[in-house]
Amino acid sequence: MIEEVATTAEGDLVINIGPQHPSTHGVLHLVVTLKGETIRKVEPHLGYIHRSIEKMCESLTYRQFIYVTSRMDYLSAHINNHGCAMCVEKGLQLEVPARAQVIRVLMDELTRIASHELWWGALSMDLGAFTPFFHAFRERETINDIMEETCGARLTMNYMVPGGVMYDLHPDFQRRVKEFLKLYKLKIGEYDDLITGNVIFQNRMKSVGILSKEDAISYGCSGPVARGSGVSCDIRKLYPYEVYDKVSFDEVLETNGDSFSRYLVRLREMNQSIRIVEQLIDNIPEGEFQAKTKAVLKLPKGEFYTRVETARGELGIYIVSEGGTTPYRIKFRSPGFSNLSALDHMVRGSKIGDLVATMGTLDLVIPDIDR
Amino acid sequence: MFSLENITNTTHTWLNQTFSPTLALLTEFLIVGVLVIGLFAVLGLVLVFMERKVSAVMQIRLGPNRVGPMGIFQTLADTLKLVMKEGLTPNGADKFLFNLAPFVVMITAMLILAPIAFAKGFQMWDINIGVLYVSAISSISVIGILMAGWASNNKYSLLGAMRSGAQIVSYELSAGLAVLSIVILSGSLSISDIIASQQNGWWIFKGHIPAIIAFVIFIIAVTAETNRAPFDLAEAESELTAGFHTEYSGMKFALFFLAEYVNIFIVCAIGATLFFGGWMPFHIGSWTAFNNIMDYIPSSIWFFGKTFFLIFLIMWFRWTFPRLRIDQLLNLEWKYLLPISMFNLLLMTFVAIMGWYF
Repeated sequence: MIEEVATTAEGDLVINIGPQHPSTHGVLHLVVTLKGETIRKVEPHLGYIHRSIEKMCESLTYRQFIYVTSRMDYLSAHINNHGCAMCVEKGLQLEVPARAQVIRVLMDELTRIASHELWWGALSMDLGAFTPFFHAFRERETINDIMEETCGARLTMNYMVPGGVMYDLHPDFQRRVKEFLKLYKLKIGEYDDLITGNVIFQNRMKSVGILSKEDAISYGCSGPVARGSGVSCDIRKLYPYEVYDKVSFDEVLETNGDSFSRYLVRLREMNQSIRIVEQLIDNIPEGEFQAKTKAVLKLPKGEFYTRVETARGELGIYIVSEGGTTPYRIKFRSPGFSNLSALDHMVRGSKIGDLVATMGTLDLVIPDIDR
Repeated sequence: MFSLENITNTTHTWLNQTFSPTLALLTEFLIVGVLVIGLFAVLGLVLVFMERKVSAVMQIRLGPNRVGPMGIFQTLADTLKLVMKEGLTPNGADKFLFNLAPFVVMITAMLILAPIAFAKGFQMWDINIGVLYVSAISSISVIGILMAGWASNNKYSLLGAMRSGAQIVSYELSAGLAVLSIVILSGSLSISDIIASQQNGWWIFKGHIPAIIAFVIFIIAVTAETNRAPFDLAEAESELTAGFHTEYSGMKFALFFLAEYVNIFIVCAIGATLFFGGWMPFHIGSWTAFNNIMDYIPSSIWFFGKTFFLIFLIMWFRWTFPRLRIDQLLNLEWKYLLPISMFNLLLMTFVAIMGWYF
């Protein structure tokens, strides 16, 4: 049995990368067919961290199910919650107070920065450089501290509720965020000094894992992966929600479609997020942080769909309501799943080291893919 | 000049007076053997601790700081843990080769220590082809690595071992040519002669540009030869989990680990000997007063100072650079380093013939 799957008919070597492997960032299982060091085929096997979140949501009320979604893409927990809250608000036709909208966007962008920081460190680690990971965490910790102060948690915040946010901002919030902005501007140069300008790094990333614009569209890629191939797909720009149409920021696009483009997209996106935070941090309007809602939420009969731009791409939330207190069906369109499906196409014919590097630029979060 | 020569000479004379020559030689073997094993262990501990502290500084951490002052006993505690661990042999492994491999690697590392001069008059074996001996013996360690990779019955190990084989065999050429350029300058293969030839200045200063090029190539090549990042493809944690020693545990793993660090020490010691004069103090031509002051610093401190500076350099590489890909690694060697070092060797020969060095 083992002998049968170990080698293919052509004598290629079949190895299992994962489910326990340092560079799969979780329990992703890749069955890789190798000819020497060259990759013939990559087959992702999913389901190792499937918790049937979508099914669980069916037995939770519209207030409760939002908290479960923090556990999907745990690096952009805020944005997941935000999308779900928005979907429920759409069903209830609830107007969110201006203050809550700004707070939500601020939190989303801080989450995006934190997520990209972690990705930057993890990608460097995939490429064999350990030091950047710690440098990335230095800044990320500051964001986590800010989150902890206001939301009470560092990773799965559960801060968004239908109609606004759960609590008002901590009095220290603005000061802490400004401190972070100062620190970030001081340190972001180090990122380029340490990694971006490195010859080895550039050689590892350039013209590797190429995804053309057409392929990016046909595989349904979204987020920085698609934008690295020149596909304009930023939900914040195309279908603005909350106050994204009132702040000025650029959609970062790169056209090469290789790993280095994806790298640059994420790095520049961090700067754009900083721009948004800078514009909003001094302009948080006074007022309510939560709209008045009934104790028990009931969505009218119908289907509701919203989408948000998470750190990894487009997250869609599809709720089918039969008019009760719990959703009849729920479906999440997770960005990681589509992005992962393009992996095989991107790495065929390249070396095994490239597989790890390309996977790093996809920024996979496995609980987001499996749910 | 402060020297350890007196101690070694006195011991040698006393042993020969007290015992028969054969017994004296045997006793000396024993002493040297114990010293080497002691050195091996101490080097392992010191270098692992040093690596931890160096990486901690680079990664804005504190590093080990709980076991003993500044955490200096951390490595000792870890060694104890490794000793007590079970040495597993995977199913389907070639038991004999699997168990032999760590010893091949370790014994190779031990053997290379023989011709290295640790201080003035403190050299185990002043063989007249010392440099050649080092180059020859250091190639054997690749057999140990291939053995480990093959016998583990693990695909990751096999891939790691294959990479390691290709890498060590390639980079040995550049390292050898870089070493040869110094041999041309000093006109001898013997380590003690090479050191003596640097009496009035180290080769890196005396040998002009070719010596500096040779040094840079040497450092790159030995980093690759010891499987250190950015050339750590044989281990490549993010790709092959742990490469050739994936399946090793307990003390067998510790032997690989120890051998890696001792190998770093050895290549840095060779580098210090060839380019920085080994135990030879910093001398400038005919500045007698300056040279005499420099002589007051013990020769062992000079040797270990230079060696640890080079070790720091190699550690600095590891904690700064990302890893190369296997084809880039081989390209670097065959397309750049080897032609450059061959040309450099010609240049060096020219410099040596014309007598354009100091």
